[in-house]
Amino acid sequence: MTTAETTPLAYPFNHHDGLELSKAYEDARHHPGLLRVRMQYGEPAWLATRYADARLVLGDLRFSRAEALNRDTPRQGEGRTDGGILSMDPPDHTRLRTLVAKAFTVHQVEKLRPYVRELTHQLLDELEAAGPPADLVDRYALPIPVAVICRLLGVPEEDRPKFRVWSDAALSTSSLSAAEWERNREELRAYMARLVQEHREAPRDDIMTSLIDARDGGDRLSELELVDLCVAILVAGHETTATQIPNFVMVLLDHPGELRRLREEPELLKGAIEELMRFVPLGASASQARYATEDIEVGGTLVRAGEPVLVAVGSANRDALRFDEPGRLNVARPATKHLGFGHGVHHCLGASLARLELQEALGALVDRFPNLRLAGDVVWKDQMLVRGPRVMPVGW
Amino acid sequence: MTWKAEVDGDRCMASGMCAGIAPDLFVLDDERARPLSEEVPEEERVLDVADSCPALAITIVDGGATVVGPRP
Repeated sequence: MTTAETTPLAYPFNHHDGLELSKAYEDARHHPGLLRVRMQYGEPAWLATRYADARLVLGDLRFSRAEALNRDTPRQGEGRTDGGILSMDPPDHTRLRTLVAKAFTVHQVEKLRPYVRELTHQLLDELEAAGPPADLVDRYALPIPVAVICRLLGVPEEDRPKFRVWSDAALSTSSLSAAEWERNREELRAYMARLVQEHREAPRDDIMTSLIDARDGGDRLSELELVDLCVAILVAGHETTATQIPNFVMVLLDHPGELRRLREEPELLKGAIEELMRFVPLGASASQARYATEDIEVGGTLVRAGEPVLVAVGSANRDALRFDEPGRLNVARPATKHLGFGHGVHHCLGASLARLELQEALGALVDRFPNLRLAGDVVWKDQMLVRGPRVMPVGW
Repeated sequence: MTWKAEVDGDRCMASGMCAGIAPDLFVLDDERARPLSEEVPEEERVLDVADSCPALAITIVDGGATVVGPRP
Protein backbone atom coordinates (compact mmCIF):
# COMPACT_ATOMS: atom_id res chain seq x y z
CA MET A 1 0.00 0.00 0.00
CA THR A 2 1.33 3.45 -0.87
CA THR A 3 0.77 6.27 1.54
CA ALA A 4 3.96 8.26 0.98
CA GLU A 5 3.50 11.86 -0.11
CA THR A 6 4.82 12.43 -3.64
CA THR A 7 4.90 15.57 -5.74
CA PRO A 8 1.40 15.88 -7.23
CA LEU A 9 1.03 15.77 -11.02
CA ALA A 10 -0.45 18.79 -12.76
CA TYR A 11 -4.09 18.05 -13.60
CA PRO A 12 -6.24 17.86 -15.80
CA PHE A 13 -4.57 15.69 -18.46
CA ASN A 14 -7.06 16.05 -21.35
CA HIS A 15 -6.98 18.78 -24.01
CA HIS A 16 -10.17 20.73 -24.65
CA ASP A 17 -9.97 20.62 -28.46
CA GLY A 18 -10.98 17.09 -29.27
CA LEU A 19 -12.31 14.05 -27.50
CA GLU A 20 -9.12 12.13 -26.94
CA LEU A 21 -8.52 10.49 -23.58
CA SER A 22 -5.04 11.42 -22.45
CA LYS A 23 -2.49 8.60 -22.49
CA ALA A 24 -1.67 9.58 -18.91
CA TYR A 25 -4.86 7.80 -17.80
CA GLU A 26 -3.76 4.48 -19.24
CA ASP A 27 -0.46 4.82 -17.40
CA ALA A 28 -2.34 5.72 -14.23
CA ARG A 29 -4.57 2.64 -14.48
CA HIS A 30 -1.47 0.43 -14.58
CA HIS A 31 0.15 2.31 -11.71
CA PRO A 32 -0.45 0.70 -8.31
CA GLY A 33 -2.47 2.87 -5.95
CA LEU A 34 -4.07 6.22 -6.72
CA LEU A 35 -2.27 9.16 -8.35
CA ARG A 36 -1.59 12.36 -6.48
CA VAL A 37 -2.72 15.36 -8.55
CA ARG A 38 -3.03 19.10 -8.18
CA MET A 39 -5.39 21.33 -10.14
CA GLN A 40 -4.82 25.01 -10.76
CA TYR A 41 -6.85 25.98 -7.68
CA GLY A 42 -7.48 24.19 -4.40
CA GLU A 43 -5.77 21.49 -2.42
CA PRO A 44 -4.07 18.41 -3.94
CA ALA A 45 -6.21 15.30 -4.35
CA TRP A 46 -6.09 11.60 -5.09
CA LEU A 47 -7.18 10.59 -8.58
CA ALA A 48 -9.11 7.33 -9.13
CA THR A 49 -8.80 6.07 -12.72
CA ARG A 50 -9.82 2.39 -12.57
CA TYR A 51 -13.41 1.16 -12.89
CA ALA A 52 -13.57 -0.64 -9.54
CA ASP A 53 -12.00 2.28 -7.68
CA ALA A 54 -14.32 4.77 -9.38
CA ARG A 55 -17.41 2.73 -8.44
CA LEU A 56 -16.21 2.44 -4.86
CA VAL A 57 -15.63 6.17 -4.39
CA LEU A 58 -18.86 7.23 -6.14
CA GLY A 59 -21.02 4.58 -4.47
CA ASP A 60 -19.80 4.54 -0.88
CA LEU A 61 -21.41 6.99 1.54
CA ARG A 62 -18.19 7.20 3.53
CA PHE A 63 -17.19 9.59 0.76
CA SER A 64 -18.89 12.97 1.18
CA ARG A 65 -19.69 15.68 -1.34
CA ALA A 66 -20.98 18.11 1.29
CA GLU A 67 -17.55 18.32 2.93
CA ALA A 68 -16.29 20.06 -0.23
CA LEU A 69 -18.19 23.17 0.88
CA ASN A 70 -15.91 23.47 3.93
CA ARG A 71 -12.72 23.00 1.97
CA ASP A 72 -10.48 24.59 -0.62
CA THR A 73 -11.73 22.04 -3.10
CA PRO A 74 -9.65 21.14 -6.21
CA ARG A 75 -10.92 23.04 -9.27
CA GLN A 76 -9.78 24.56 -12.54
CA GLY A 77 -11.14 28.07 -12.05
CA GLU A 78 -11.00 30.54 -9.23
CA GLY A 79 -14.78 30.53 -8.84
CA ARG A 80 -16.28 27.71 -6.80
CA THR A 81 -18.57 25.58 -8.89
CA ASP A 82 -20.00 23.66 -5.97
CA GLY A 83 -23.29 24.17 -4.20
CA GLY A 84 -26.78 22.80 -4.75
CA ILE A 85 -27.83 19.20 -4.93
CA LEU A 86 -24.45 18.00 -6.24
CA SER A 87 -22.84 19.21 -3.03
CA MET A 88 -25.20 17.41 -0.66
CA ASP A 89 -25.08 14.05 1.09
CA PRO A 90 -28.02 11.93 2.23
CA PRO A 91 -30.37 12.56 3.98
CA ASP A 92 -30.49 16.19 2.68
CA HIS A 93 -29.67 15.04 -0.83
CA THR A 94 -32.39 12.37 -0.68
CA ARG A 95 -34.96 14.94 0.47
CA LEU A 96 -34.41 17.10 -2.64
CA ARG A 97 -33.80 14.29 -5.09
CA THR A 98 -37.03 12.45 -4.26
CA LEU A 99 -39.01 15.62 -5.00
CA VAL A 100 -37.97 15.47 -8.66
CA ALA A 101 -36.92 11.85 -9.21
CA LYS A 102 -40.34 10.70 -10.33
CA ALA A 103 -40.48 13.16 -13.21
CA PHE A 104 -37.36 11.52 -14.66
CA THR A 105 -37.98 7.78 -14.32
CA VAL A 106 -37.82 5.54 -17.39
CA HIS A 107 -41.60 5.30 -17.56
CA GLN A 108 -42.34 8.99 -17.24
CA VAL A 109 -39.69 9.90 -19.76
CA GLU A 110 -40.81 7.31 -22.29
CA LYS A 111 -44.08 9.23 -22.66
CA LEU A 112 -42.08 12.05 -24.23
CA ARG A 113 -40.69 9.92 -27.04
CA PRO A 114 -43.30 10.81 -29.70
CA TYR A 115 -42.81 14.51 -28.96
CA VAL A 116 -39.02 14.25 -29.18
CA ARG A 117 -39.25 12.24 -32.41
CA GLU A 118 -41.51 14.85 -33.97
CA LEU A 119 -39.10 17.56 -32.86
CA THR A 120 -36.10 15.85 -34.49
CA HIS A 121 -37.96 15.48 -37.77
CA GLN A 122 -39.08 19.08 -37.74
CA LEU A 123 -35.54 20.33 -37.05
CA LEU A 124 -34.10 18.11 -39.78
CA ASP A 125 -36.71 19.46 -42.23
CA GLU A 126 -35.58 22.99 -41.37
CA LEU A 127 -31.92 22.00 -41.65
CA GLU A 128 -32.52 20.46 -45.06
CA ALA A 129 -34.45 23.50 -46.23
CA ALA A 130 -31.64 25.82 -45.12
CA GLY A 131 -29.12 23.71 -47.04
CA PRO A 132 -25.50 22.82 -46.28
CA PRO A 133 -23.27 23.77 -44.64
CA ALA A 134 -25.35 24.00 -41.46
CA ASP A 135 -24.22 24.21 -37.86
CA LEU A 136 -25.31 20.96 -36.26
CA VAL A 137 -24.93 22.41 -32.76
CA ASP A 138 -27.08 25.49 -33.16
CA ARG A 139 -29.70 24.02 -35.48
CA TYR A 140 -30.10 20.55 -34.02
CA ALA A 141 -28.11 19.44 -30.98
CA LEU A 142 -29.02 22.40 -28.80
CA PRO A 143 -32.68 22.98 -29.72
CA ILE A 144 -33.73 19.38 -28.91
CA PRO A 145 -32.73 19.17 -25.22
CA VAL A 146 -33.54 22.85 -24.65
CA ALA A 147 -37.10 22.42 -25.93
CA VAL A 148 -37.62 19.27 -23.86
CA ILE A 149 -36.26 20.58 -20.56
CA CYS A 150 -38.07 23.93 -20.96
CA ARG A 151 -41.33 22.09 -21.43
CA LEU A 152 -40.74 19.73 -18.48
CA LEU A 153 -39.52 22.39 -16.09
CA GLY A 154 -41.75 25.25 -17.19
CA VAL A 155 -39.23 27.70 -18.68
CA PRO A 156 -40.11 29.72 -21.81
CA GLU A 157 -38.10 28.30 -24.70
CA GLU A 158 -37.74 31.75 -26.29
CA ASP A 159 -35.46 32.72 -23.35
CA ARG A 160 -32.83 30.32 -24.70
CA PRO A 161 -30.36 33.08 -25.73
CA LYS A 162 -30.51 34.49 -22.19
CA PHE A 163 -29.97 31.34 -20.19
CA ARG A 164 -27.50 30.05 -22.76
CA VAL A 165 -25.03 32.72 -21.63
CA TRP A 166 -25.60 32.00 -17.94
CA SER A 167 -25.47 28.26 -18.41
CA ASP A 168 -22.22 28.53 -20.39
CA ALA A 169 -20.69 30.53 -17.57
CA ALA A 170 -22.01 28.16 -14.90
CA LEU A 171 -20.08 25.32 -16.54
CA SER A 172 -17.02 27.33 -17.46
CA THR A 173 -13.85 26.39 -15.69
CA SER A 174 -11.23 29.09 -15.75
CA SER A 175 -12.36 31.90 -18.00
CA LEU A 176 -14.16 33.75 -15.20
CA SER A 177 -12.91 35.33 -12.00
CA ALA A 178 -14.61 34.35 -8.77
CA ALA A 179 -16.55 37.64 -8.79
CA GLU A 180 -17.70 37.18 -12.39
CA TRP A 181 -18.78 33.63 -11.65
CA GLU A 182 -20.70 34.78 -8.59
CA ARG A 183 -22.44 37.59 -10.53
CA ASN A 184 -23.46 35.16 -13.24
CA ARG A 185 -24.94 32.78 -10.70
CA GLU A 186 -26.96 35.56 -9.09
CA GLU A 187 -28.37 36.64 -12.46
CA LEU A 188 -29.44 33.11 -13.26
CA ARG A 189 -30.99 32.76 -9.79
CA ALA A 190 -32.87 36.05 -10.18
CA TYR A 191 -34.22 34.94 -13.56
CA MET A 192 -35.40 31.62 -12.09
CA ALA A 193 -36.87 33.29 -8.97
CA ARG A 194 -39.04 35.44 -11.28
CA LEU A 195 -40.28 32.34 -13.09
CA VAL A 196 -41.04 30.65 -9.75
CA GLN A 197 -43.12 33.68 -8.76
CA GLU A 198 -45.04 33.53 -12.06
CA HIS A 199 -45.74 29.85 -11.50
CA ARG A 200 -46.94 30.54 -7.97
CA GLU A 201 -49.51 32.97 -9.32
CA ALA A 202 -50.48 30.75 -12.23
CA PRO A 203 -49.75 27.04 -11.52
CA ARG A 204 -49.12 24.79 -14.51
CA ASP A 205 -48.49 21.13 -15.16
CA ASP A 206 -44.70 21.12 -14.87
CA ILE A 207 -41.83 20.31 -12.50
CA MET A 208 -41.51 23.88 -11.23
CA THR A 209 -45.14 23.87 -10.09
CA SER A 210 -44.73 20.50 -8.33
CA LEU A 211 -41.66 21.83 -6.50
CA ILE A 212 -43.58 24.95 -5.47
CA ASP A 213 -46.32 22.67 -4.08
CA ALA A 214 -43.69 20.71 -2.14
CA ARG A 215 -42.39 23.96 -0.67
CA ASP A 216 -45.62 25.83 -0.01
CA GLY A 217 -47.72 22.81 0.93
CA GLY A 218 -45.19 20.52 2.61
CA ASP A 219 -42.28 22.78 3.56
CA ARG A 220 -39.97 20.13 2.14
CA LEU A 221 -37.40 22.58 0.78
CA SER A 222 -36.32 26.19 1.24
CA GLU A 223 -36.95 28.93 -1.33
CA LEU A 224 -33.26 29.00 -2.26
CA GLU A 225 -33.17 25.21 -2.62
CA LEU A 226 -36.22 25.47 -4.88
CA VAL A 227 -34.60 28.09 -7.10
CA ASP A 228 -31.24 26.30 -7.20
CA LEU A 229 -32.86 22.98 -8.01
CA CYS A 230 -34.68 24.57 -10.98
CA VAL A 231 -31.40 26.14 -12.12
CA ALA A 232 -29.61 22.80 -11.82
CA ILE A 233 -32.32 21.01 -13.81
CA LEU A 234 -32.23 23.66 -16.54
CA VAL A 235 -28.44 23.70 -16.89
CA ALA A 236 -27.76 20.00 -16.45
CA GLY A 237 -30.87 19.23 -18.46
CA HIS A 238 -29.61 20.60 -21.72
CA GLU A 239 -25.88 21.32 -21.79
CA THR A 240 -24.59 17.75 -21.51
CA THR A 241 -27.00 16.26 -24.04
CA ALA A 242 -26.51 19.19 -26.41
CA THR A 243 -22.78 18.50 -26.23
CA GLN A 244 -22.96 14.73 -26.56
CA ILE A 245 -25.09 14.82 -29.75
CA PRO A 246 -22.30 16.45 -31.84
CA ASN A 247 -19.67 14.45 -29.93
CA PHE A 248 -21.35 11.19 -30.89
CA VAL A 249 -21.64 12.36 -34.51
CA MET A 250 -17.92 13.30 -34.53
CA VAL A 251 -16.93 9.90 -33.17
CA LEU A 252 -19.18 8.03 -35.62
CA LEU A 253 -17.79 10.03 -38.57
CA ASP A 254 -14.36 8.97 -37.31
CA HIS A 255 -15.47 5.33 -37.30
CA PRO A 256 -17.21 4.92 -40.68
CA GLY A 257 -17.47 1.14 -40.31
CA GLU A 258 -19.41 1.50 -37.07
CA LEU A 259 -21.59 4.25 -38.54
CA ARG A 260 -22.41 2.04 -41.55
CA ARG A 261 -23.27 -0.84 -39.25
CA LEU A 262 -25.58 1.37 -37.19
CA ARG A 263 -27.32 2.56 -40.35
CA GLU A 264 -27.77 -0.98 -41.65
CA GLU A 265 -28.88 -2.39 -38.30
CA PRO A 266 -30.99 0.32 -36.63
CA GLU A 267 -31.96 -2.14 -33.88
CA LEU A 268 -28.43 -1.57 -32.54
CA LEU A 269 -29.26 2.07 -31.75
CA LYS A 270 -29.95 1.79 -28.00
CA GLY A 271 -26.84 -0.27 -27.37
CA ALA A 272 -24.81 2.05 -29.59
CA ILE A 273 -25.80 5.04 -27.47
CA GLU A 274 -24.59 3.18 -24.35
CA GLU A 275 -21.33 2.34 -26.11
CA LEU A 276 -20.87 5.97 -27.12
CA MET A 277 -21.58 7.06 -23.53
CA ARG A 278 -18.82 4.70 -22.45
CA PHE A 279 -16.39 5.61 -25.22
CA VAL A 280 -16.62 9.41 -25.29
CA PRO A 281 -14.80 11.10 -22.39
CA LEU A 282 -17.09 14.12 -22.11
CA GLY A 283 -15.33 15.80 -19.22
CA ALA A 284 -12.15 17.73 -19.77
CA SER A 285 -11.33 16.79 -16.22
CA ALA A 286 -12.56 14.90 -13.22
CA SER A 287 -14.36 17.30 -10.89
CA GLN A 288 -16.64 17.29 -7.83
CA ALA A 289 -14.09 15.74 -5.47
CA ARG A 290 -15.36 13.32 -2.83
CA TYR A 291 -14.00 13.64 0.71
CA ALA A 292 -13.24 10.56 2.79
CA THR A 293 -15.02 10.73 6.16
CA GLU A 294 -12.82 7.94 7.57
CA ASP A 295 -9.66 6.13 6.47
CA ILE A 296 -10.57 4.02 3.43
CA GLU A 297 -8.38 1.91 1.19
CA VAL A 298 -8.99 2.56 -2.50
CA GLY A 299 -7.11 0.59 -5.15
CA GLY A 300 -4.08 0.04 -2.94
CA THR A 301 -3.89 3.54 -1.48
CA LEU A 302 -4.96 4.40 2.04
CA VAL A 303 -7.08 7.52 1.69
CA ARG A 304 -7.03 9.28 5.05
CA ALA A 305 -10.14 10.82 6.61
CA GLY A 306 -10.52 14.35 5.26
CA GLU A 307 -8.64 13.77 2.00
CA PRO A 308 -10.33 14.47 -1.35
CA VAL A 309 -10.55 11.97 -4.21
CA LEU A 310 -11.28 12.93 -7.82
CA VAL A 311 -12.91 10.28 -10.01
CA ALA A 312 -12.02 10.12 -13.71
CA VAL A 313 -15.08 8.37 -15.17
CA GLY A 314 -13.75 8.72 -18.74
CA SER A 315 -10.75 6.66 -17.71
CA ALA A 316 -12.79 4.14 -15.71
CA ASN A 317 -14.88 3.58 -18.86
CA ARG A 318 -11.71 2.46 -20.70
CA ASP A 319 -10.49 0.08 -18.00
CA ALA A 320 -9.34 -3.19 -19.60
CA LEU A 321 -10.08 -5.02 -16.35
CA ARG A 322 -13.74 -4.26 -16.98
CA PHE A 323 -14.18 -3.91 -20.76
CA ASP A 324 -12.80 -6.07 -23.59
CA GLU A 325 -10.84 -3.97 -26.08
CA PRO A 326 -11.76 -0.83 -24.15
CA GLY A 327 -10.19 1.53 -26.69
CA ARG A 328 -12.32 0.21 -29.54
CA LEU A 329 -15.72 1.66 -30.41
CA ASN A 330 -18.07 -1.26 -30.96
CA VAL A 331 -21.71 -0.28 -31.54
CA ALA A 332 -22.71 -3.91 -31.01
CA ARG A 333 -20.92 -4.25 -27.67
CA PRO A 334 -23.05 -6.27 -25.22
CA ALA A 335 -24.66 -4.19 -22.45
CA THR A 336 -22.14 -2.73 -20.04
CA LYS A 337 -22.48 -0.82 -16.81
CA HIS A 338 -20.51 2.19 -17.96
CA LEU A 339 -20.08 5.15 -15.63
CA GLY A 340 -20.99 7.80 -18.20
CA PHE A 341 -23.91 8.90 -16.04
CA GLY A 342 -21.94 8.54 -12.84
CA HIS A 343 -22.80 6.15 -10.06
CA GLY A 344 -24.31 6.14 -6.59
CA VAL A 345 -26.62 8.77 -5.10
CA HIS A 346 -25.48 11.43 -7.58
CA HIS A 347 -26.12 9.18 -10.60
CA CYS A 348 -27.47 11.52 -13.30
CA LEU A 349 -31.07 12.39 -12.45
CA GLY A 350 -31.84 12.87 -16.15
CA ALA A 351 -30.13 9.72 -17.44
CA SER A 352 -33.32 8.25 -18.89
CA LEU A 353 -34.21 11.53 -20.57
CA ALA A 354 -30.68 11.91 -21.95
CA ARG A 355 -30.79 8.38 -23.33
CA LEU A 356 -34.10 9.02 -25.04
CA GLU A 357 -32.94 12.31 -26.56
CA LEU A 358 -29.66 10.82 -27.75
CA GLN A 359 -31.42 7.81 -29.26
CA GLU A 360 -33.95 9.94 -31.11
CA ALA A 361 -31.48 12.62 -32.19
CA LEU A 362 -28.82 10.20 -33.49
CA GLY A 363 -31.35 7.76 -34.95
CA ALA A 364 -33.14 10.43 -36.99
CA LEU A 365 -29.91 12.03 -38.20
CA VAL A 366 -28.27 8.78 -39.28
CA ASP A 367 -31.44 7.68 -41.03
CA ARG A 368 -32.06 10.96 -42.87
CA PHE A 369 -28.52 11.78 -44.07
CA PRO A 370 -26.56 8.74 -45.34
CA ASN A 371 -23.82 11.08 -46.61
CA LEU A 372 -23.48 13.16 -43.47
CA ARG A 373 -20.03 14.75 -43.28
CA LEU A 374 -18.12 17.65 -41.82
CA ALA A 375 -18.35 20.72 -44.06
CA GLY A 376 -16.04 23.20 -42.36
CA ASP A 377 -13.84 23.73 -39.34
CA VAL A 378 -15.09 22.55 -35.98
CA VAL A 379 -14.72 25.13 -33.21
CA TRP A 380 -14.26 23.47 -29.82
CA LYS A 381 -15.59 24.70 -26.50
CA ASP A 382 -12.80 26.12 -24.46
CA GLN A 383 -12.44 25.96 -20.71
CA MET A 384 -15.71 24.21 -20.02
CA LEU A 385 -16.40 21.27 -17.72
CA VAL A 386 -17.68 19.43 -20.77
CA ARG A 387 -15.82 19.03 -24.05
CA GLY A 388 -17.41 19.17 -27.46
CA PRO A 389 -17.91 21.26 -30.59
CA ARG A 390 -19.21 24.77 -30.08
CA VAL A 391 -19.72 25.05 -33.84
CA MET A 392 -19.90 22.01 -36.13
CA PRO A 393 -20.64 22.70 -39.82
CA VAL A 394 -22.06 19.64 -41.58
CA GLY A 395 -23.14 18.75 -45.09
CA TRP A 396 -25.11 15.76 -46.42
CA MET B 1 -44.83 -4.41 11.29
CA THR B 2 -42.50 -4.41 8.35
CA TRP B 3 -42.79 -3.92 4.62
CA LYS B 4 -41.38 -6.11 1.90
CA ALA B 5 -38.95 -4.85 -0.74
CA GLU B 6 -38.55 -6.36 -4.18
CA VAL B 7 -36.04 -5.43 -6.87
CA ASP B 8 -36.95 -6.25 -10.47
CA GLY B 9 -33.64 -7.60 -11.79
CA ASP B 10 -34.61 -7.01 -15.42
CA ARG B 11 -35.33 -3.35 -14.86
CA CYS B 12 -32.41 -2.62 -12.49
CA MET B 13 -29.68 -0.60 -14.16
CA ALA B 14 -27.25 -0.70 -11.22
CA SER B 15 -27.22 3.06 -10.74
CA GLY B 16 -26.28 2.52 -7.11
CA MET B 17 -29.00 4.89 -5.94
CA CYS B 18 -30.68 2.52 -3.45
CA ALA B 19 -27.42 1.27 -1.94
CA GLY B 20 -26.31 4.89 -1.73
CA ILE B 21 -29.41 6.13 0.12
CA ALA B 22 -29.83 3.09 2.38
CA PRO B 23 -26.66 0.99 2.48
CA ASP B 24 -28.00 -0.85 5.52
CA LEU B 25 -30.98 -2.12 3.48
CA PHE B 26 -29.82 -2.45 -0.13
CA VAL B 27 -26.64 -3.75 -1.66
CA LEU B 28 -25.31 -3.57 -5.20
CA ASP B 29 -23.86 -6.80 -6.50
CA ASP B 30 -21.96 -6.41 -9.72
CA GLU B 31 -24.85 -5.83 -12.09
CA ARG B 32 -27.91 -5.86 -9.85
CA ALA B 33 -29.19 -4.33 -6.67
CA ARG B 34 -30.94 -6.45 -4.06
CA PRO B 35 -32.42 -5.88 -0.60
CA LEU B 36 -30.19 -7.29 2.14
CA SER B 37 -33.34 -8.73 3.63
CA GLU B 38 -36.76 -8.88 1.98
CA GLU B 39 -38.23 -7.39 5.16
CA VAL B 40 -37.62 -3.67 5.42
CA PRO B 41 -38.66 -1.24 8.19
CA GLU B 42 -41.73 0.96 7.76
CA GLU B 43 -39.76 4.14 7.21
CA GLU B 44 -40.07 7.16 4.96
CA ARG B 45 -36.53 6.42 3.82
CA VAL B 46 -37.62 3.13 2.27
CA LEU B 47 -40.26 4.92 0.21
CA ASP B 48 -37.63 7.51 -0.77
CA VAL B 49 -35.49 4.69 -2.15
CA ALA B 50 -38.36 3.34 -4.24
CA ASP B 51 -39.23 6.85 -5.47
CA SER B 52 -35.62 7.60 -6.39
CA CYS B 53 -34.80 4.51 -8.40
CA PRO B 54 -34.27 5.81 -11.95
CA ALA B 55 -35.41 2.49 -13.38
CA LEU B 56 -38.48 2.19 -11.10
CA ALA B 57 -37.20 -1.29 -10.31
CA ILE B 58 -38.03 -1.28 -6.58
CA THR B 59 -41.46 -2.14 -5.22
CA ILE B 60 -42.42 -1.87 -1.56
CA VAL B 61 -45.51 -3.74 -0.35
CA ASP B 62 -47.18 -3.70 3.07
CA GLY B 63 -48.47 -6.63 5.14
CA GLY B 64 -51.69 -6.76 3.12
CA ALA B 65 -49.71 -7.00 -0.16
CA THR B 66 -50.71 -3.43 -1.07
CA VAL B 67 -48.08 -1.51 -3.00
CA VAL B 68 -46.96 1.48 -0.90
CA GLY B 69 -43.90 2.48 -2.95
CA PRO B 70 -42.99 3.94 -5.29
CA ARG B 71 -45.60 6.55 -4.43
CA PRO B 72 -47.87 7.71 -7.30
